[in-house]
Amino acid sequence: MSRVRVLVGTRKGAFVLESDGKRERWDVSGPYFGGWEIYHLKGSPADPDRVYASQCSGWFGQLIQRSSDGGKTWEPVGNQFTYEGVPGTHQWYDGTPHPWDFKRVWHLEPSLTDPDIVLAGIEDAALFRSTDGGTTWQELAGLRGHGSGPAWTPGAGGMCLHTIIQDPRNPNRMFVAISAAGAFRTADGGKSWQPINRGLRSQHIPDPTAEVGHCVHRIAMHPTRPNVLFMQKHWDVMRSDDSGDSWHEVSGNLPTDFGFPIDVHAHEPETVYVIPIKSDSEHYPPDAKLRVYRSRSGGNEWEPLTKGLPQRDCYVNVLRDAMATDSLDACGVYFGTTGGQVYASADAGDNWNAIVRDLPPVLSLEVQTLA
Amino acid sequence: MIRIVLPYHLRTLARVDGEVAVAVEGPITQRSVLDALEAGYPMLRGTIREHVTLRRRPFVRFFACEQDLSHEPADALLPDAVAKGAEPFLVVGATAGG
Repeated sequence: MSRVRVLVGTRKGAFVLESDGKRERWDVSGPYFGGWEIYHLKGSPADPDRVYASQCSGWFGQLIQRSSDGGKTWEPVGNQFTYEGVPGTHQWYDGTPHPWDFKRVWHLEPSLTDPDIVLAGIEDAALFRSTDGGTTWQELAGLRGHGSGPAWTPGAGGMCLHTIIQDPRNPNRMFVAISAAGAFRTADGGKSWQPINRGLRSQHIPDPTAEVGHCVHRIAMHPTRPNVLFMQKHWDVMRSDDSGDSWHEVSGNLPTDFGFPIDVHAHEPETVYVIPIKSDSEHYPPDAKLRVYRSRSGGNEWEPLTKGLPQRDCYVNVLRDAMATDSLDACGVYFGTTGGQVYASADAGDNWNAIVRDLPPVLSLEVQTLA
Repeated sequence: MIRIVLPYHLRTLARVDGEVAVAVEGPITQRSVLDALEAGYPMLRGTIREHVTLRRRPFVRFFACEQDLSHEPADALLPDAVAKGAEPFLVVGATAGG
């Protein structure tokens, strides 16, 4: 029988939640790396026992941990992220040039085919790759070296590369997103990149339709349709049907189109999930009701999913990397909150239960569907 | 042998209990002691000193013999008591919280 493993990164350690395919009873293990910030964990699609974790602290910096047994035991691997060449500058909050400076790894994306290859999205925004299981890291400098790099500016949370999407049909094509530079695409395995932000409109930057500078919060893709992308931007939920060449808004009837995560149903490429947040000034759900919104039409028409979720006095947030789906026949949807709850739905969002309620604030959540 | 006391999180990372003892050849300085520590426990690289520059991380402090040596030059000699193993060299996470 299939099993599900949920990898949860929190402000104070990592947790691994496991269940059988019914997804009714859960074993919770952890904290791993207690007391450390775990920005992200992710398992290799090529070897589900291989899991990578980004572990960091304000005192002791960045570590990368690797597990070869599905998260039961871990070993620290390479933690040196050195920008290629002379790092140069990007734009600081006050408009002045600011040297590129490594701070932390936000997101780890293992290769679809090789468990020893893994990509890392870091702050200050850059993309790194390891081909030896995380022992050494090399920058894919063509991204940061894109002509617009010196004009990139940090969002309030830092200038982070938080989204990495690999095209399952074309290993040379990838998409990344950076706050607050925007979305970028490569067609040559990461050597060169182009911004893909046409159609985005951001009122918080001087030129609302600029080529770069947009605060993209998250991008999602269904693996069977790599030309269709969904985006939760700072404000606005967007869709592209041409691999990011152009975007159009699909916020439709959402109560607010601000939010962080966005994800796609495992078997229905037109079914999309977002979690609306009141505003960029008030990072909690509108009306104090925690609601996932689902569109079965690829956007514009959205329905609230509330059964099992708190519908009063709820002031949590759900961060950009904290929602995921499993690929069981009845698609499971999962998200973690800044209040430490992990909610799961075993029926595509119709009904929700808290797997665990009192973890530290959840930074990230990933799901592995195991045979 | 030079005695080193690590903070909790780095003891956990290095999988050691209590003090660490390292052999150091030549002058006993912050640099030589930390070089020896990192050679014996490579997982500590980058956690006390930054990679490449080898600068002390901002929230890490070095104490010994009731002195704060954090701002001493990396090549300054450590106190005799540390060099003779009578006193430990303390790596401390700066106090912070709330």
